[in-house]
Amino acid sequence: MTADLPRILIAEDSDNDLELTLAALRSHRVANEVDVVHDGAEALDYLYCRGAFAGRTRASLALVLLDLKMPKLDGLEVLRQIKSDPALRLTPVVMLTSSREEVDLVRSYELGVNAYVVKPVEFGAFMAAVKQLGAFWAVLNELPPMPVAAAGGSGA
Amino acid sequence: MPQRSRSIARRLTFMNMLVSSIALLIAGVAFSAYDLATFRAATVRALSTEARMVASNSVTALLFNDPDTATHTLGALRASPDVVLAQIYSPDGHLFASYSRDGSTRPAALPLVPTGSDEAAVMSTSSIDLARPIVSEGATIGTVRIQADLQAMYLRLLRYASIVAVVLILSLAGALLVSYLSQRAISRPLAAVAESARQVSQARDYSIRAPRIGTAYELAVLVDSFNGMLAEVQARDESLRDARTQLEARVRERTDELRAINSELEAFTYSVSHDLRAPLRHITGFASLLDQHAGGSLDDQGRRYLTTISGAATRMATLIDDLLAFSRMGRASLTKRHVDLSQLVREARDEVSTDIDGRRVTWNVQDLPAVEADPALLRPVLVNLLSNALKYTSTRDEARIDIGAEPHPDEVVVFVRDNGVGFDMAYAHKLFGVFQRLHRADEFSGTGIGLANVRRIIQRHGGRTWAEGAVDAGATFYFSLPIQGAAA
Repeated sequence: MTADLPRILIAEDSDNDLELTLAALRSHRVANEVDVVHDGAEALDYLYCRGAFAGRTRASLALVLLDLKMPKLDGLEVLRQIKSDPALRLTPVVMLTSSREEVDLVRSYELGVNAYVVKPVEFGAFMAAVKQLGAFWAVLNELPPMPVAAAGGSGA
Repeated sequence: MPQRSRSIARRLTFMNMLVSSIALLIAGVAFSAYDLATFRAATVRALSTEARMVASNSVTALLFNDPDTATHTLGALRASPDVVLAQIYSPDGHLFASYSRDGSTRPAALPLVPTGSDEAAVMSTSSIDLARPIVSEGATIGTVRIQADLQAMYLRLLRYASIVAVVLILSLAGALLVSYLSQRAISRPLAAVAESARQVSQARDYSIRAPRIGTAYELAVLVDSFNGMLAEVQARDESLRDARTQLEARVRERTDELRAINSELEAFTYSVSHDLRAPLRHITGFASLLDQHAGGSLDDQGRRYLTTISGAATRMATLIDDLLAFSRMGRASLTKRHVDLSQLVREARDEVSTDIDGRRVTWNVQDLPAVEADPALLRPVLVNLLSNALKYTSTRDEARIDIGAEPHPDEVVVFVRDNGVGFDMAYAHKLFGVFQRLHRADEFSGTGIGLANVRRIIQRHGGRTWAEGAVDAGATFYFSLPIQGAAA
């Protein structure tokens, strides 16, 4: 596998959900590396390469999967910061959440989310949903070209 | 200023002046008439005296036929300025002697005076003529005639008229003064009351009071009752305002409470939506993973347990979804508009007909009226009733479903009738309850939220829902929608 494939970031505070999501991605052989953070603050640290992620090399992401309800900063706040930062706003962000509450949907789209997926309760449907997500965003979707000013190291 | 709304002050002034003028004029005329009559009588008396004097003084002259002496005697009348003409006639009617004030000697034609035993006087508008026989020892030896003009009387009359005019002017001035004073006493308090009334009605300020000016009893009563009335109005106004303020405060309190309850409910459903589903997903997820991981080492019963676990969790998720939808339905905003019920029924029929799969279903849809409703909410009502009708006729060889409407003066009643398994009317009251079912889940599928949703939506439209049926003899479900503007 090549390290050139863009990575996937999953922000999820529930270990159970994380395990199920990762199992689903694994079973569908999504080749991209997956990074995991457990709350909104960590997600922003990761994206800005600071705090625990200070040593991370900034590279383009195939997808950010955000849970809505997370400790510290929730998914909507992370989404707002990503979409209001010119350096990050082209990154595809998908909400993967339990809720189909109208307010969440409206707010997410207002903030510029790229997709909004409700996690199905039934596991077969959940697997299918994650498979389609991975297939679309990691394989089918073309990312915008990486900004020139980005830190080097993409060819490592 | 129009005649009708002339102020009381002006009316009073006018009345005062009119009354005093009339009184003065009547008095003036009466006095003048009396005075003139007196004056005339006095003039006649004076003339009579003079005539008598002339008569007695000219007896000798007549007896001795001495006109010069008679003329001299007449000349003494010069002392009386009123006397214009004096003449002495002999008994045969010849002019014997004459005197005239302006010195003319023309024999003026004095009006004839009827000669009786004594003197006679004749009055004309400009003069008085008096004739007196001259008698000597019982025989009439001549006649003296004297004419006096009435100039003095007219002068006197003129003087009276001037005096009356002056007095009239003075009295009118006096009347004006009296009016002014009476205005102070009567019309000013009235004007003050009128002004207060105007202010009250203009500013809607019931704390204004009319001032008590003057001492007139009636005016004091008027002002007091006016102020009493205002006090009453003010008290009512204030109590009304208090009641309104209290009511507003209570409404605000209740609204705040409702808002708090509503936002609590929203927070609750939000957290149900987020947090209650996650564990269910974990149950199904890990049951599946366990099946993948150890399915091979499980016997049939073990695998059935896993399936049951997943099925139960999935069913619970459905219940939660239904409950959330039901709760949302109660809070969704209602936008009523004109809805073609026939069109809506057609759409609902298309939607539920996908489940028919070769079943024999006879639809009998009557012409349906247009109604005032929110189509986004009314649609699930029809879908629900039609899908129920299909569901509970699934055991019939041929399903018959009738849809119709009965127009009433103030509402439209829509019914959906089927020839399905029906229900026991004893449990009819449970039909529209949340999660209430009259059939076991293995007989007919469903969570029992559908009719609860139907009732909630219809109630939000101001309508009613009810059902009739009998076991194994079909069921009819009704809902009513009020006709806009018919009631209330």
